[in-house]
Amino acid sequence: MTKHRPFPRLRTAAASTVLAAVAASSPPAHAAGTSIASQLAHWSAQAGRPGDAAQGDRFFNARHGGEWSCASCHGTPPTGPGKHAGTGKAIDPLAPVANPKAFTDPARVDKWFRRNCRDVLSRECSAAEKADVLAYLAGLGSTPDRSGAR
Amino acid sequence: MSAIRVRVLLAAALGLASLSPAVADGGRAMPRTVPPAYVEECASCHVAYPPGLLPARSWQRLMDGLDRHYGSDASLDADLVTSLGAWLQAHAGTYRRVVEAPPEDRITRSAWFERKHRKIAPDVWRLPSVRSAAQCGACHVGADRGRFDDDDLRMPAGLTPRQRRAWFD
Repeated sequence: MTKHRPFPRLRTAAASTVLAAVAASSPPAHAAGTSIASQLAHWSAQAGRPGDAAQGDRFFNARHGGEWSCASCHGTPPTGPGKHAGTGKAIDPLAPVANPKAFTDPARVDKWFRRNCRDVLSRECSAAEKADVLAYLAGLGSTPDRSGAR
Repeated sequence: MSAIRVRVLLAAALGLASLSPAVADGGRAMPRTVPPAYVEECASCHVAYPPGLLPARSWQRLMDGLDRHYGSDASLDADLVTSLGAWLQAHAGTYRRVVEAPPEDRITRSAWFERKHRKIAPDVWRLPSVRSAAQCGACHVGADRGRFDDDDLRMPAGLTPRQRRAWFD
Protein backbone atom coordinates (compact mmCIF):
# COMPACT_ATOMS: atom_id res chain seq x y z
CA MET A 1 0.00 0.00 0.00
CA THR A 2 1.50 3.32 -0.96
CA LYS A 3 0.51 6.56 0.59
CA HIS A 4 2.25 8.72 -1.96
CA ARG A 5 2.24 8.22 -5.66
CA PRO A 6 4.62 10.82 -6.98
CA PHE A 7 5.08 9.48 -10.49
CA PRO A 8 1.56 9.90 -11.82
CA ARG A 9 1.56 13.40 -10.38
CA LEU A 10 4.88 14.15 -11.96
CA ARG A 11 3.66 12.91 -15.30
CA THR A 12 0.58 15.05 -14.99
CA ALA A 13 2.68 18.06 -14.13
CA ALA A 14 4.99 17.40 -17.06
CA ALA A 15 2.05 17.00 -19.40
CA SER A 16 0.56 20.26 -18.17
CA THR A 17 3.85 22.00 -18.76
CA VAL A 18 4.04 20.67 -22.28
CA LEU A 19 0.44 21.65 -22.95
CA ALA A 20 1.08 25.10 -21.57
CA ALA A 21 4.18 25.44 -23.75
CA VAL A 22 2.23 24.36 -26.82
CA ALA A 23 -0.57 26.75 -26.00
CA ALA A 24 1.90 29.57 -25.49
CA SER A 25 3.55 28.96 -28.85
CA SER A 26 0.28 28.81 -30.77
CA PRO A 27 -1.09 31.99 -32.25
CA PRO A 28 -3.87 33.48 -30.13
CA ALA A 29 -7.39 32.53 -31.14
CA HIS A 30 -8.38 36.18 -31.33
CA ALA A 31 -6.29 37.58 -34.16
CA ALA A 32 -5.72 40.91 -32.48
CA GLY A 33 -2.03 41.20 -33.31
CA THR A 34 -0.34 43.88 -35.32
CA SER A 35 3.05 44.42 -36.93
CA ILE A 36 5.32 47.34 -37.57
CA ALA A 37 4.27 47.26 -41.24
CA SER A 38 0.58 47.57 -40.41
CA GLN A 39 1.29 50.20 -37.75
CA LEU A 40 3.33 52.16 -40.29
CA ALA A 41 0.54 51.88 -42.87
CA HIS A 42 -2.05 52.95 -40.30
CA TRP A 43 -0.23 56.04 -39.08
CA SER A 44 0.87 57.01 -42.58
CA ALA A 45 -2.79 56.96 -43.63
CA GLN A 46 -3.74 59.01 -40.57
CA ALA A 47 -0.97 61.50 -41.37
CA GLY A 48 -1.91 61.70 -45.05
CA ARG A 49 1.66 60.98 -46.12
CA PRO A 50 4.09 58.06 -45.87
CA GLY A 51 6.43 57.88 -42.88
CA ASP A 52 9.87 59.37 -43.54
CA ALA A 53 12.68 57.26 -42.07
CA ALA A 54 15.29 60.05 -42.11
CA GLN A 55 12.89 62.38 -40.35
CA GLY A 56 12.09 59.59 -37.88
CA ASP A 57 15.81 59.10 -37.16
CA ARG A 58 16.20 62.80 -36.32
CA PHE A 59 13.04 62.79 -34.24
CA PHE A 60 14.10 59.67 -32.34
CA ASN A 61 17.48 61.12 -31.39
CA ALA A 62 16.39 64.67 -30.61
CA ARG A 63 15.43 66.10 -27.28
CA HIS A 64 12.27 68.02 -27.71
CA GLY A 65 12.78 70.68 -25.11
CA GLY A 66 12.99 68.20 -22.26
CA GLU A 67 15.63 66.08 -20.63
CA TRP A 68 15.15 62.89 -22.62
CA SER A 69 15.06 61.74 -26.21
CA CYS A 70 13.61 58.41 -27.33
CA ALA A 71 17.23 57.24 -27.53
CA SER A 72 17.83 58.08 -23.85
CA CYS A 73 16.13 54.82 -22.94
CA HIS A 74 16.08 52.82 -26.17
CA GLY A 75 19.68 53.48 -27.27
CA THR A 76 20.75 54.47 -30.75
CA PRO A 77 20.24 52.74 -33.00
CA PRO A 78 17.70 50.80 -30.90
CA THR A 79 18.82 47.40 -32.19
CA GLY A 80 20.17 46.33 -28.80
CA PRO A 81 18.79 46.33 -25.28
CA GLY A 82 17.92 49.73 -23.86
CA LYS A 83 18.17 51.01 -20.34
CA HIS A 84 15.60 53.14 -18.53
CA ALA A 85 17.14 56.60 -18.15
CA GLY A 86 15.66 57.03 -14.70
CA THR A 87 15.89 53.65 -13.05
CA GLY A 88 18.50 51.79 -15.11
CA LYS A 89 16.11 48.91 -15.74
CA ALA A 90 16.92 46.90 -18.89
CA ILE A 91 14.50 47.37 -21.79
CA ASP A 92 14.04 44.90 -24.64
CA PRO A 93 15.32 46.09 -28.03
CA LEU A 94 12.82 48.36 -29.77
CA ALA A 95 13.70 47.58 -33.39
CA PRO A 96 11.72 44.61 -34.74
CA VAL A 97 14.89 43.28 -36.41
CA ALA A 98 16.26 42.65 -32.92
CA ASN A 99 13.01 41.90 -31.10
CA PRO A 100 10.29 39.94 -32.92
CA LYS A 101 7.74 40.86 -30.24
CA ALA A 102 8.12 44.59 -30.82
CA PHE A 103 5.01 46.27 -32.26
CA THR A 104 2.93 43.07 -32.27
CA ASP A 105 0.37 44.06 -29.61
CA PRO A 106 -1.73 47.08 -30.60
CA ALA A 107 -2.68 47.95 -27.01
CA ARG A 108 0.97 47.97 -25.98
CA VAL A 109 1.94 50.09 -28.98
CA ASP A 110 -0.72 52.67 -28.13
CA LYS A 111 0.10 52.65 -24.44
CA TRP A 112 3.82 53.15 -24.86
CA PHE A 113 3.48 55.79 -27.57
CA ARG A 114 1.17 57.67 -25.23
CA ARG A 115 3.37 57.37 -22.16
CA ASN A 116 6.73 57.86 -23.81
CA CYS A 117 5.72 60.76 -26.03
CA ARG A 118 4.48 62.54 -22.92
CA ASP A 119 7.78 61.83 -21.20
CA VAL A 120 9.89 63.11 -24.09
CA LEU A 121 7.70 65.82 -25.65
CA SER A 122 5.27 66.61 -22.82
CA ARG A 123 2.46 65.83 -25.27
CA GLU A 124 1.23 62.95 -27.37
CA CYS A 125 2.93 62.38 -30.72
CA SER A 126 1.18 63.30 -33.95
CA ALA A 127 0.27 60.68 -36.53
CA ALA A 128 3.07 61.97 -38.80
CA GLU A 129 5.64 61.72 -36.01
CA LYS A 130 4.60 58.14 -35.27
CA ALA A 131 4.73 57.25 -38.97
CA ASP A 132 8.24 58.73 -39.26
CA VAL A 133 9.59 56.85 -36.24
CA LEU A 134 7.97 53.61 -37.41
CA ALA A 135 9.55 54.06 -40.85
CA TYR A 136 12.92 54.58 -39.20
CA LEU A 137 12.55 51.51 -36.96
CA ALA A 138 11.24 49.32 -39.78
CA GLY A 139 14.24 50.26 -41.88
CA LEU A 140 16.87 49.32 -39.31
CA GLY A 141 18.89 46.36 -40.57
CA SER A 142 20.33 43.51 -38.60
CA THR A 143 23.90 44.80 -38.94
CA PRO A 144 24.01 48.19 -37.25
CA ASP A 145 27.14 50.21 -37.97
CA ARG A 146 27.19 51.51 -34.41
CA SER A 147 26.89 49.67 -31.11
CA GLY A 148 23.46 49.12 -29.62
CA ALA A 149 22.28 50.76 -26.43
CA ARG A 150 24.43 53.29 -24.68
CA MET B 1 17.23 51.17 19.56
CA SER B 2 14.84 49.21 17.45
CA ALA B 3 14.46 45.49 17.65
CA ILE B 4 15.40 45.24 14.00
CA ARG B 5 18.64 47.14 14.61
CA VAL B 6 19.44 44.84 17.48
CA ARG B 7 18.85 41.83 15.25
CA VAL B 8 21.04 43.30 12.53
CA LEU B 9 23.85 43.98 14.98
CA LEU B 10 23.47 40.56 16.52
CA ALA B 11 23.52 38.93 13.13
CA ALA B 12 26.61 40.91 12.18
CA ALA B 13 28.33 39.99 15.40
CA LEU B 14 27.62 36.33 14.85
CA GLY B 15 28.65 36.51 11.24
CA LEU B 16 25.14 35.74 10.11
CA ALA B 17 24.05 37.72 7.14
CA SER B 18 20.43 36.81 6.82
CA LEU B 19 17.29 37.76 8.61
CA SER B 20 14.43 35.57 7.59
CA PRO B 21 12.04 37.58 5.46
CA ALA B 22 8.51 38.06 6.59
CA VAL B 23 6.19 35.80 4.67
CA ALA B 24 2.82 36.99 5.90
CA ASP B 25 0.96 39.72 4.05
CA GLY B 26 1.95 43.17 5.12
CA GLY B 27 5.57 42.08 5.47
CA ARG B 28 8.37 42.89 3.09
CA ALA B 29 8.37 39.65 1.10
CA MET B 30 6.63 39.46 -2.27
CA PRO B 31 3.09 38.07 -1.91
CA ARG B 32 2.67 34.55 -3.22
CA THR B 33 0.39 35.65 -5.99
CA VAL B 34 1.46 38.62 -8.05
CA PRO B 35 -0.94 39.86 -10.72
CA PRO B 36 0.68 39.48 -14.16
CA ALA B 37 -0.34 43.07 -14.83
CA TYR B 38 1.82 44.24 -11.93
CA VAL B 39 4.88 42.76 -13.59
CA GLU B 40 3.81 43.85 -17.06
CA GLU B 41 2.92 47.42 -16.18
CA CYS B 42 5.15 48.33 -13.26
CA ALA B 43 8.21 46.18 -13.74
CA SER B 44 8.73 47.36 -17.32
CA CYS B 45 10.44 50.42 -15.89
CA HIS B 46 11.62 49.37 -12.45
CA VAL B 47 11.90 46.44 -10.07
CA ALA B 48 8.57 44.90 -9.11
CA TYR B 49 8.66 46.34 -5.61
CA PRO B 50 7.03 44.18 -2.95
CA PRO B 51 3.90 46.05 -1.81
CA GLY B 52 5.01 45.65 1.79
CA LEU B 53 7.77 48.21 1.28
CA LEU B 54 5.29 51.10 1.45
CA PRO B 55 2.25 51.80 3.58
CA ALA B 56 -1.24 51.74 2.07
CA ARG B 57 -1.47 55.55 2.02
CA SER B 58 1.61 55.81 -0.17
CA TRP B 59 0.32 53.24 -2.66
CA GLN B 60 -2.99 55.08 -2.78
CA ARG B 61 -1.27 58.35 -3.70
CA LEU B 62 0.95 56.62 -6.28
CA MET B 63 -1.98 54.97 -7.99
CA ASP B 64 -3.89 58.27 -7.98
CA GLY B 65 -1.06 60.03 -9.81
CA LEU B 66 0.32 57.56 -12.32
CA ASP B 67 0.30 60.16 -15.09
CA ARG B 68 2.95 62.04 -13.09
CA HIS B 69 4.98 59.16 -11.73
CA TYR B 70 8.41 60.44 -10.64
CA GLY B 71 8.93 62.28 -13.88
CA SER B 72 7.32 59.66 -16.11
CA ASP B 73 3.88 59.07 -17.47
CA ALA B 74 2.92 55.63 -16.16
CA SER B 75 -0.79 56.01 -16.77
CA LEU B 76 -2.96 52.89 -17.00
CA ASP B 77 -6.55 52.33 -17.95
CA ALA B 78 -9.00 52.75 -15.10
CA ASP B 79 -9.76 49.04 -14.64
CA LEU B 80 -6.12 48.22 -14.10
CA VAL B 81 -5.63 51.13 -11.73
CA THR B 82 -8.51 49.75 -9.68
CA SER B 83 -7.42 46.11 -9.67
CA LEU B 84 -3.73 46.76 -9.08
CA GLY B 85 -4.59 49.41 -6.51
CA ALA B 86 -6.72 46.90 -4.60
CA TRP B 87 -3.92 44.33 -4.64
CA LEU B 88 -1.41 46.91 -3.40
CA GLN B 89 -3.78 47.99 -0.64
CA ALA B 90 -4.33 44.39 0.42
CA HIS B 91 -0.60 43.70 0.66
CA ALA B 92 0.72 47.10 1.73
CA GLY B 93 3.22 47.20 4.56
CA THR B 94 1.74 47.10 8.02
CA TYR B 95 4.79 46.36 10.14
CA ARG B 96 6.28 49.03 12.29
CA ARG B 97 8.99 50.56 10.16
CA VAL B 98 6.67 51.02 7.21
CA VAL B 99 3.72 52.61 8.95
CA GLU B 100 4.90 56.13 8.20
CA ALA B 101 4.75 57.27 4.60
CA PRO B 102 8.26 58.27 3.45
CA PRO B 103 8.92 61.65 1.79
CA GLU B 104 7.43 61.71 -1.74
CA ASP B 105 6.26 58.14 -1.10
CA ARG B 106 9.70 56.99 -2.18
CA ILE B 107 10.85 53.65 -0.79
CA THR B 108 14.40 54.96 -1.07
CA ARG B 109 13.61 57.87 1.26
CA SER B 110 12.29 55.62 4.01
CA ALA B 111 14.20 55.85 7.26
CA TRP B 112 14.86 52.11 7.23
CA PHE B 113 16.16 52.25 3.64
CA GLU B 114 18.53 55.09 4.41
CA ARG B 115 19.76 53.35 7.54
CA LYS B 116 20.34 50.07 5.75
CA HIS B 117 22.30 51.79 2.98
CA ARG B 118 24.06 54.46 5.01
CA LYS B 119 27.55 53.06 4.45
CA ILE B 120 27.28 53.06 0.69
CA ALA B 121 29.34 55.92 -0.74
CA PRO B 122 27.71 58.41 -3.14
CA ASP B 123 30.16 57.30 -5.86
CA VAL B 124 28.75 53.79 -5.72
CA TRP B 125 25.21 54.99 -6.34
CA ARG B 126 26.45 56.88 -9.40
CA LEU B 127 28.18 53.88 -11.03
CA PRO B 128 26.83 53.10 -14.50
CA SER B 129 25.98 49.64 -13.18
CA VAL B 130 23.82 51.16 -10.44
CA ARG B 131 22.67 54.64 -11.58
CA SER B 132 19.79 54.86 -9.19
CA ALA B 133 18.79 53.70 -5.76
CA ALA B 134 15.69 52.34 -7.46
CA GLN B 135 17.88 49.86 -9.35
CA CYS B 136 17.78 47.32 -6.51
CA GLY B 137 18.94 44.50 -8.76
CA ALA B 138 22.39 46.09 -9.16
CA CYS B 139 23.28 44.50 -5.79
CA HIS B 140 20.21 42.54 -4.68
CA VAL B 141 20.24 39.68 -7.16
CA GLY B 142 16.85 38.41 -6.01
CA ALA B 143 15.15 41.81 -6.20
CA ASP B 144 12.86 40.76 -9.04
CA ARG B 145 11.56 37.96 -6.81
CA GLY B 146 11.23 40.25 -3.80
CA ARG B 147 14.35 38.86 -2.13
CA PHE B 148 16.46 41.46 -0.37
CA ASP B 149 18.33 39.31 2.13
CA ASP B 150 21.81 40.41 3.09
CA ASP B 151 23.15 37.02 2.01
CA ASP B 152 21.75 37.45 -1.47
CA LEU B 153 23.99 40.28 -2.63
CA ARG B 154 26.53 40.83 -5.36
CA MET B 155 29.03 43.63 -5.83
CA PRO B 156 27.98 45.98 -8.62
CA ALA B 157 30.43 46.24 -11.51
CA GLY B 158 32.95 49.05 -11.34
CA LEU B 159 33.79 49.24 -7.64
CA THR B 160 37.27 50.52 -6.81
CA PRO B 161 39.53 48.17 -4.81
CA ARG B 162 38.90 50.33 -1.77
CA GLN B 163 35.16 50.08 -2.22
CA ARG B 164 35.47 46.34 -2.72
CA ARG B 165 37.26 46.05 0.61
CA ALA B 166 34.65 48.28 2.26
CA TRP B 167 31.96 45.91 0.96
CA PHE B 168 32.89 43.42 3.66
CA ASP B 169 32.89 45.96 6.51
